[in-house]
Amino acid sequence: MQSNKVLDAKGLACPMPIVKTRKAINELNAGDALEVHATDKGAKADLSAWAKSGGHALLKDTEEDGVLKFWIKKA
Amino acid sequence: MSETKRTTIVLFSGDYDKAMAAYIIANGAAAYDHEVTIFHTFWGLNALRKAEDVTVNKGFLEKMFAKMMPKGADKMGLSKMNMAGMGPKMIKKVMKKHNAMTLPQLIEMAQEQDVKLVACTMTMDLLGLQKEELLDDIEYAGVAAYLGDAEDGNVNLFI
Repeated sequence: MQSNKVLDAKGLACPMPIVKTRKAINELNAGDALEVHATDKGAKADLSAWAKSGGHALLKDTEEDGVLKFWIKKA
Repeated sequence: MSETKRTTIVLFSGDYDKAMAAYIIANGAAAYDHEVTIFHTFWGLNALRKAEDVTVNKGFLEKMFAKMMPKGADKMGLSKMNMAGMGPKMIKKVMKKHNAMTLPQLIEMAQEQDVKLVACTMTMDLLGLQKEELLDDIEYAGVAAYLGDAEDGNVNLFI
């Protein structure tokens, strides 16, 4: 899946994945997609809730070898 | 997105773990684009103390308080399993292993994210803490200023 930017948040603990995601998404334009890689097991619940609250769309998420990947489209 | 939401936290506790929880929520709320206020009162003021020595004029009781209270976030004890200072050493080791941010790092991150850090002036007087002993770039206020923020708050916590 295409993305305009990839954020590597692997190894980071709560609350850093969403703090970094917010910073990264602020640097993008509306409609751009951000790809986030994380290893924090709470990341799925956190990023889904965060995206919903900000009106962003969580397009897709995958899990492979303990790495969670998310694609978020900026509102 | 609709209008800006607001989170306020009263940090009463001077325990490292409780202050960590407060600052993690504050940083999370800032990432939610909330306007965030942490109002530090009583023992929570110690999280704002500078680690280095600051010479200020104080009375005898105030000096005693200053000696007995932790000098800054890194010196705070745990609410459970403190074990005369062994607990904090152990938990800091575990935190490093799991890449969790330390309390001083969380406070710095909160300041970077424009979280409003407020020191309660009435309890500063009680504990004999002066502005010079607390971190730079914080605000000073009382209960009315806190309530002014909290009455519009979507999330209000007392820790």
